[in-house]
Amino acid sequence: MNSLYHLGEYILLMKKVFSIPERWNIFFKQVIDEINKLVINSIWIVVIISLFIGAVISMQVTLNIVSPLLPKYAVGFTTRETLLLEFSSSIMCLILAGKVGSNIASEIGSMRVTEQIDALDIIGVNSASYLILPKITSLVLFIPVLVSFSMIAGLIGGYLLASFSDMLSLSTYIYGIQYDFKIGYIWYSMKKSLVFAFIITSVSSYYGYSVKGGALDVGKASTNSVVMSSILILLADVVLTQLMLN
Amino acid sequence: MLDIKNLYKAFDGKEVLHDINAVFEPGKVNMIIGQSGSGKTVLLKCIVGLHFPDKGEVLYDNRNFMKMNKKEVKMLRREQGMLFQGSALFDSMTVLENVMFPLNMFSTDKPKKRMERAMFCLERVNLKGAEDKYPSEVSGGMQKRVAIARAIALNPKYLFCDEPNSGLDPKTSLVIDALVQDITREYNMTTVVNTHDMNSVMGIGDHIVFINQGIKEWEGSKEGIFTSVNKNLNDFVFASDLFKEVKNTHLNNLEG
Ligand SMILES: Nc1ncnc2c1ncn2[C@@H]1O[C@H](COP(=O)(O)OP(=O)(O)OP(=O)(O)O)[C@@H](O)[C@H]1O
Ligand SMILES: [Mg+2]
Repeated sequence: MNSLYHLGEYILLMKKVFSIPERWNIFFKQVIDEINKLVINSIWIVVIISLFIGAVISMQVTLNIVSPLLPKYAVGFTTRETLLLEFSSSIMCLILAGKVGSNIASEIGSMRVTEQIDALDIIGVNSASYLILPKITSLVLFIPVLVSFSMIAGLIGGYLLASFSDMLSLSTYIYGIQYDFKIGYIWYSMKKSLVFAFIITSVSSYYGYSVKGGALDVGKASTNSVVMSSILILLADVVLTQLMLN
Repeated sequence: MLDIKNLYKAFDGKEVLHDINAVFEPGKVNMIIGQSGSGKTVLLKCIVGLHFPDKGEVLYDNRNFMKMNKKEVKMLRREQGMLFQGSALFDSMTVLENVMFPLNMFSTDKPKKRMERAMFCLERVNLKGAEDKYPSEVSGGMQKRVAIARAIALNPKYLFCDEPNSGLDPKTSLVIDALVQDITREYNMTTVVNTHDMNSVMGIGDHIVFINQGIKEWEGSKEGIFTSVNKNLNDFVFASDLFKEVKNTHLNNLEG
């Protein structure tokens, strides 16, 4: 019952969000601001995590999976496939749900409890659209950039491991990451990430926008938004993988 | 003129407003007074349309708010200005940007004209020089004044203030009161102020509506308060010894 109520409220909110901006110049300025806050400020965390994960996947495959039956280049190949198919889109977006989602929910939530959203409504602005649409627009438009950064950084992580340790040779790693390369996997990842970006921004905005009460409730909304967007990302991942790769 | 008719509002089955009727005239400071929790904020929010009443009508110069479509509500918004209990300034914007915001959104004037208007409003509330500060960098009293400047930026016909004096010292309260009264007279606005500050009621109240537990128990002028026989009103207004004394002096003067 409760989840049905939330679903209904979420859909009603989205109906309010998707309306034509009052002033385009203000909207574009907001989008630029949000790109800065949500995308540019996330690059470092995406790059660092991806570098390490790329290195760790290569290491794990080298240590645990390589057997005389498998060719040496399987290390590079597995690293690439893991990054391209799942890590750089799904897992990266789970991490972003934590970083970006909690940020959005607490920002909008605190505006709600300090009556700033009421003030927007009284001024005559469509507060839902004014606050939420720029966030959705900027993350959905620019998530492919973050995904690309993650893919590249992950592959570099494996490369660094190959260069600076004697676990695997650089040339077999490089051969591995090129072996049987399918560009379609990149598009598949990018498309998935668009959906995930929409989930992160819209779900956390919903939790922030519907806060009732005080500072404590803003904290709760922020936690709930991370939990809910993570669950939805995983669900969407299962569904999209079925639809797109089957 | 604002006309409120048979207004009811309940939250989760708990009635907060019961059959409220009131008329608020332009050029007057209309005050809604009552104890904390009596329903003042809920009433004000029903009037401005932030809450939807369960029953009843709110007429803005004979235009029924409850029957307005989206477009009409949007037009009405330009005529409303509101001062919130906690100021509700946009904390990501400077003082000037806060006042500019409604203008940038809705004014068709050129940017230079808009800037002039914003500066005029800031000057009107005596805040020249604070344009570039952020709300967190100015005092509570200044925040209230910025909020007033923002509320009057688009020249509203109706001004709503939810406890403009809460959290302010008596002297600053007088400044805010005087400001509310002045702009009400100057622009012939229909002003509705929520308060439990009896100093402001006695200072600037032209028409007073007393609410107790969601029911309108009394209305009249501030002089009328002294002679009212409503027990709840007397308990509320003359709770402090100071006001008891004021009342006795006032009644003695009337007799003498
Ligand atoms: N959104 C809401 N949901 C449920 N109950 C509410 C809501 N808003 C207000 N109430 C209840 O309505 C009653 C009146 O509250 P209101 O805020 O109008 O009081 P008030 O007269 O403004 O008090 P104060 O002087 O302290 O601001 C209270 O009992 C409050 O608990
Ligand atoms: Mg109140």
